[in-house]
Amino acid sequence: MANKSWSTVGKPEQRIDAVEKSTGKVRYIGDYSAPGLMHAKLVKSTQAHAKIISIDTTEAWKMPGVRAIITGKMFPFHIGPILADRPPLAFEKVRYYGEPVAIIVADHEHQAKHATEKVKVVYEPLPIVNSVQQAFLKDAPLVHDNAEQYTKIISDVYPKASTNIGSHIKIRKGDFDTAWANSEETITATYSFNLSDHVAMETRSTRVEINPAGKVIVHSCSQSPFTIKKVLNQFFNVEVGDILVHIPMVGGAFGGKGTVQLEPLAYLASKAVGGKVVKLEFDREEDMTTAPCRIGFDATVQLGVTKEGKLVAGKYTYLLDSGAYSDQAAGITRAAALDCTGPYNIPNVWCDSYCMYTNHPFATSFRGYGHPELTFAVERTMDQLAEKLQMDPLQLRMINGIKPGHTTPTQTVLTANNIGDLEKCIHRAKELIKWDEGQKVQSGKNKVRTKGISTFWKTSTTATNAQAGAIIIFEADGSVNLNCAAIELGQGTKTILGQILAEKLGMDMNKVHVTMEVNTQYDPHQWRTVASSSTFLAGKAVVFAADHAIAQLKKTAAVVLQCSPDDLEVGGGRVYLKPDPTFGVDIKDISLGYTYPSGHSIEGQIVGIGKHIQRHLTPMDQQTGFGKPGPWWSVGVQAIEIELDTRDFTYSILKGVTVLDGGTIINPMTATQQMRGGMYMGLSYATSEKFVFDEQGIVQNSDLRGYPMLRYGEQPTEYLVDFIESPAIDGPFGARGIGEYGVIGAPACLANSLSIAADVELNELPLTPESIWQKKKEGTK
Amino acid sequence: MNWQNATSKAIIHLHVNGETQEVVVRNADTLLSTLREKLGLTGAKRSCENGDCGACTVLINGEPSHSCLSLAVEVVNLPITTIEGLLDSPVRTAFIDKWAIQCGFCTPGFIVNGHALLTNHPNAKEEIVEEWLQSNICRCTGYQEIKDAVNSLIVENDDSINKTHPRLSK
Repeated sequence: MANKSWSTVGKPEQRIDAVEKSTGKVRYIGDYSAPGLMHAKLVKSTQAHAKIISIDTTEAWKMPGVRAIITGKMFPFHIGPILADRPPLAFEKVRYYGEPVAIIVADHEHQAKHATEKVKVVYEPLPIVNSVQQAFLKDAPLVHDNAEQYTKIISDVYPKASTNIGSHIKIRKGDFDTAWANSEETITATYSFNLSDHVAMETRSTRVEINPAGKVIVHSCSQSPFTIKKVLNQFFNVEVGDILVHIPMVGGAFGGKGTVQLEPLAYLASKAVGGKVVKLEFDREEDMTTAPCRIGFDATVQLGVTKEGKLVAGKYTYLLDSGAYSDQAAGITRAAALDCTGPYNIPNVWCDSYCMYTNHPFATSFRGYGHPELTFAVERTMDQLAEKLQMDPLQLRMINGIKPGHTTPTQTVLTANNIGDLEKCIHRAKELIKWDEGQKVQSGKNKVRTKGISTFWKTSTTATNAQAGAIIIFEADGSVNLNCAAIELGQGTKTILGQILAEKLGMDMNKVHVTMEVNTQYDPHQWRTVASSSTFLAGKAVVFAADHAIAQLKKTAAVVLQCSPDDLEVGGGRVYLKPDPTFGVDIKDISLGYTYPSGHSIEGQIVGIGKHIQRHLTPMDQQTGFGKPGPWWSVGVQAIEIELDTRDFTYSILKGVTVLDGGTIINPMTATQQMRGGMYMGLSYATSEKFVFDEQGIVQNSDLRGYPMLRYGEQPTEYLVDFIESPAIDGPFGARGIGEYGVIGAPACLANSLSIAADVELNELPLTPESIWQKKKEGTK
Repeated sequence: MNWQNATSKAIIHLHVNGETQEVVVRNADTLLSTLREKLGLTGAKRSCENGDCGACTVLINGEPSHSCLSLAVEVVNLPITTIEGLLDSPVRTAFIDKWAIQCGFCTPGFIVNGHALLTNHPNAKEEIVEEWLQSNICRCTGYQEIKDAVNSLIVENDDSINKTHPRLSK
């Protein structure tokens, strides 16, 4: 709960980037152009699975402006963040439609693009793996012949020889079989949805140069600048210290810019033209198919309960459609397993989570990291179970909600500190959606209004050594610069970190200058800007940097004021005596050291440094999943009210509710922005979005005309957002992570409300009027 | 001027934000790429280049238009306004005040379109607002804050004599 004595934390301070963004003057990565800048364009696979017989570049070389052509044979190696299974440029065979096959570098973009059309690639088609179910069959064609031989980059990944299984993560907690056999009521349900896309408004773009001294200078719109360094080092043998990565403000990311794809391609392109600056920018179609997308998901959930509705057994089989390469899908496979139950206390848990190769575009992280998908499966099952038990679905959730003292599927013990208060969230959401006024109401002759609810949880599955650092540098006017490698993607992280610093220093926000651009040479290492981890990791680093600076301010001021540093306090731009605040010195007079009238000077500039690293996190045991995967769990409840026309199954979303316990909310307005935007994203996904594949595995809707999303006016008429703020004592001012959470429960509660309205179980996404009509016709209920 | 093919170049004059600018363009150059690469006006964004998302919206002769779908040579005699020419628009400040900005990439297109909407329909009903703003995509906000920003400028009383927006007309 926001402490009343705080002046900046807990307040709706305006975003520090809003004015600049409103004028169109922010320079995103693609806004840079300069004479001499060269352009790279890709030749892409037209097949989903085929042998490359030959690549003929003769005609392409004749095109004006062409300076280099690179094919996969020039770099026949595999890279990847978890399992190194992906060639940056395909060689020997292609595994998805849109896969990069060759790079053309030319003086102008239109020249490069024109030349790509002149490259002749001869393919020999191979059998297509076009669904996750097909991939799982014993005699399925293999997407990778020897997946088990790929290099593991992190430990929790288990590719299985002679199958399409890129990884298999297991949870074995308690004794599922016995508990299932003894259950008084059981339910089994299956779910399925296709791959989809992030569609950040800014497409992915990068430019790379290799200067004559051997420094590799990368500009990119990435969430992971230090991972770019790691990848160029691991796979391209460039010294880490020789790689400089710059990230400007990013035009939306949603997890899609967390992995490294373009930068190695642009590095190869720059190398091929003697190190000149080469820009590689994806057009929309490439951003949707060539670049990684969102996983597809198939799930079977089995729940066993007592007559009273107490959950005793849960079994979860998750098949993730990872597409052609495992990328972050291997990590999502793990994340989906370790939170497989949703926020419920179940003593006996069995989960098999599989990362499956198919011949679809490859998938990477997407806001929620598998949680919107698993939550859909769990929460739909909970609703169907409640119906079987003839119990209020909210009541069923209430009696099984996870609490301090319980353990997670990986057997992490929960405490009042590391998990939010689910029960309070349920109560608040119940009020906001007016649950007691009825879950289903006839609102017109052919109109029905219904409400659906979903709980959700998620931990921040970072690397066990994930960390962040901050450097604060005082100016001659007493103001302060904050440098840190958290990336501004639209989520408002720079504003939040500025607020934390202002609060610690007792300073006005307008005296805190946060560097918007990230530069890996000045900014301390930060793991990545993903997993809702920046407020927690970078926020703590800022707290420590402020403490460090405060100690220096007091030390200098103590000399000037002829007292002990312990007698002093910092605030209001001054360092002053606690018992007599009128006696003090302005920070501006000591920020560059103090100079006596004689000219003698002491101490020098105030520079604070701070850092924080995750503590006590572990990998998971391969057989049981035992381990501590994350620092805390934020929990929440979402609810949706819809109105359905029972004749044609068109519907409108009347109300969307999100109640989250993410610990202390540093800025209620940016937090509300995140919850509403997250809900929109989850609802857009659930109502509209998926890739459509033909029988050859070719994406049929790789542009924004064929790929529907919710547009202005189709959002909920009303979004209600509230926060329960149970503080995390080790978070900055008690904050946990919140960035991804608004998206997680939205698909589930939409499907729950529509299933009641249409009186049919809706277990597939997206939920279009046509898909609802089809389900009704099948009469599955 | 030879406009018969895509690759030959021409010197043209564009009237942008009240100034006449001389530029050398290929006949195939879009207005979007010309504004961004030749005139340094990068507020109009490249996002879908297919007229589907509205991130490149500018005003051509007062009408909101996808600059990715116009050739520079098509608009030589027409006044063009970009976000850089709308710094005084109340729509811009409303977007800040109502928290309608997150990543900011769609923002210029929305502000330009919103400005034209309110200039043409100062007391627009919700259906009109929807019809106009459905041409732009925002992936961050969920549209609530954008709706709040635009609605905050809609003149409530339907006074048919007053056709111009009091804060948009000068």
